[in-house]
Amino acid sequence: MEGVNWHSFYFLLFGMTACVFAVAVVLTGSIVRMAFYLTLCLGATAGLFFLAGAGFVGAMQLLIYVGGTLVLLIFGVMLTAQGPFVSMKTRAGEWVVGGVVGAMLLGLLLQAAFRVDDWMGPDPGVASAAMEKTPPGELGIRLLGKPGDNEQAVGFESGYLLPFEIVSVHLLVVLIGSAYLARTKRRRRATDAAEAEES
Amino acid sequence: MAEALSEYLWPSVAYLVTGVVHALLLLGLVAVGTVIFIWMERKIAGRIQDRLGPTRVGGKFGWLQTVADGLKLATKEDTMPRDADPILFKLAPYIGLCASYATFIVLPFATGWAAVSSSISIFLIIAILGLEVFSVILAGYASGSKWSLFGGMREAAQVVSYEVPLGLCVLVPVMIAGTMDLNAIGEMQRGWFTNWLVFHDPFTFIVFWVYLTCATASVNRAPFDLAEAESELVAGFHTEYSGVRWSVFFMAEYNSMLLVSMLASILFLGGWHGPLPVFDWAGIAYESAASPFSWGGFLANVFGIANLILKGFLGVAVMMWVRWTLPRLRIDQVMRTCLKYCTPIACFCFLGAAIWCWAFPGGVLLKPAPFAGVRETDEMIFTLSAEATDGVANSSGEEADAGEAATGEVAASEQGEPAAQQPNSVDSNATPEPAALAGGEQ
Repeated sequence: MEGVNWHSFYFLLFGMTACVFAVAVVLTGSIVRMAFYLTLCLGATAGLFFLAGAGFVGAMQLLIYVGGTLVLLIFGVMLTAQGPFVSMKTRAGEWVVGGVVGAMLLGLLLQAAFRVDDWMGPDPGVASAAMEKTPPGELGIRLLGKPGDNEQAVGFESGYLLPFEIVSVHLLVVLIGSAYLARTKRRRRATDAAEAEES
Repeated sequence: MAEALSEYLWPSVAYLVTGVVHALLLLGLVAVGTVIFIWMERKIAGRIQDRLGPTRVGGKFGWLQTVADGLKLATKEDTMPRDADPILFKLAPYIGLCASYATFIVLPFATGWAAVSSSISIFLIIAILGLEVFSVILAGYASGSKWSLFGGMREAAQVVSYEVPLGLCVLVPVMIAGTMDLNAIGEMQRGWFTNWLVFHDPFTFIVFWVYLTCATASVNRAPFDLAEAESELVAGFHTEYSGVRWSVFFMAEYNSMLLVSMLASILFLGGWHGPLPVFDWAGIAYESAASPFSWGGFLANVFGIANLILKGFLGVAVMMWVRWTLPRLRIDQVMRTCLKYCTPIACFCFLGAAIWCWAFPGGVLLKPAPFAGVRETDEMIFTLSAEATDGVANSSGEEADAGEAATGEVAASEQGEPAAQQPNSVDSNATPEPAALAGGEQ
């Protein structure tokens, strides 16, 4: 009992959950079930982030991917579905393409993994220490253009201000675009109605 | 506790025991809370409708009614429609319960007393609370019934849109406190009730009400309970559920009601601090989360928990009062409330509070500045952050969440625990009267 390494235990638990449900996503046909398995898979990945001491990234993962994207996915399926349960048939060609892409990614990751000389066993204190060391406030400072030590070393003088602004402008464009799309549709319908009345 | 136990046990066992004890304490709160809430709901509904509510079961006030209900539910047949998707149908209720229960992990109950103390606890709570919508959507979809499907769709639209103003409302206290750590936010409001963030400035006062509205909507309570809408959709997303699985939905709902009310009390209403700083006068309360163990501090914290839970219960009672007073909104009214009222008001108050913080760095009522660092921020960074707020707050709530919350944290990055904190009331009233003692922790 003395030697139980809870860090490893939870790492394996989350890792296995993520892998099992990732496979389930590939194998199942129903889109909503797929989204549900993806929820569990991404949730387990968020757990891995928490375990690594990256609490902010983990919370972001939950908020954006699990809470945002997947809800919208299911919502979209519910709005557009013709029959009661939508299922997706995958053709042979898609399996081949997917398999090739997946194998390439796996090869890349394996190569990177085996290039590490020496894997250190997890130290139970590491995660909490990492949490303590990098409060999320640092992230905000970087986003506002104050470079950290690492970035300065590689000549990244302005921190993450530029990417942050690009993303902000991008989001603004998307919002305006969607508002515009919704608006034109309504206007056209109004004019249609007006024409119908005239004729 | 784990450290204390590990002197007698193996460390891993000690941690396990500690974890189980914490989990059981939380589970006890959640389960007992639900029992009481259901009874409260019946009583309040009865009184508001000029009825008595339950009176017989368990003697005087019908206080065993919930237990009787529970027994009835447990003996009900567990049915599932033939058209349902069996896996999702069976799992859906538990997802909601898990999500709303998991948020209690990072919720602090008193000075330094959280199951897991995290520097981003408020952010985590918002993130996990957002997962609760899954249970409703999946239940609605998997039931294979049109009523359920409509309920699920309404819920999805409602919750996704109400997350934006809710996030903006939560940002205001985060910005004022300069941290996303709920423990620090609660500690900041130590002292007289004038230190509570709801009285910090006029903008926080408005934001508090907006938060209450959005929180009611996000936990799917009347007047925002379009997902069930029994007059039009039979019972909405849980039309096809019966027995225990049905009751799990309601455990989740009452649970998240308690959670958002406790969150409201930590963010705006002083959290575990009473209106009068009785234990600070007595000098036994913990100075900060890092204080060493003392029996006085322990006692103060126990009263703090009672305080927080009482405030949470009051919040839930207000939600019930609202539920039985106001009629249900239509879906377009719900959307209009969110997009045309809540979001702009929250944005406006966020900017207003930012300007207020800049104009009155020491605050007007909030006297002891706990995070001395907040006020000594680098001027450049502060102006930058104010500009960024303008742009981002208008463009997207979610992005703003990340950017600004982190920005507000600029100053807190030194993370001085509230060391500069003095009970400012000591000079005014050095000797607490017994009456104040009794009244203070009410």
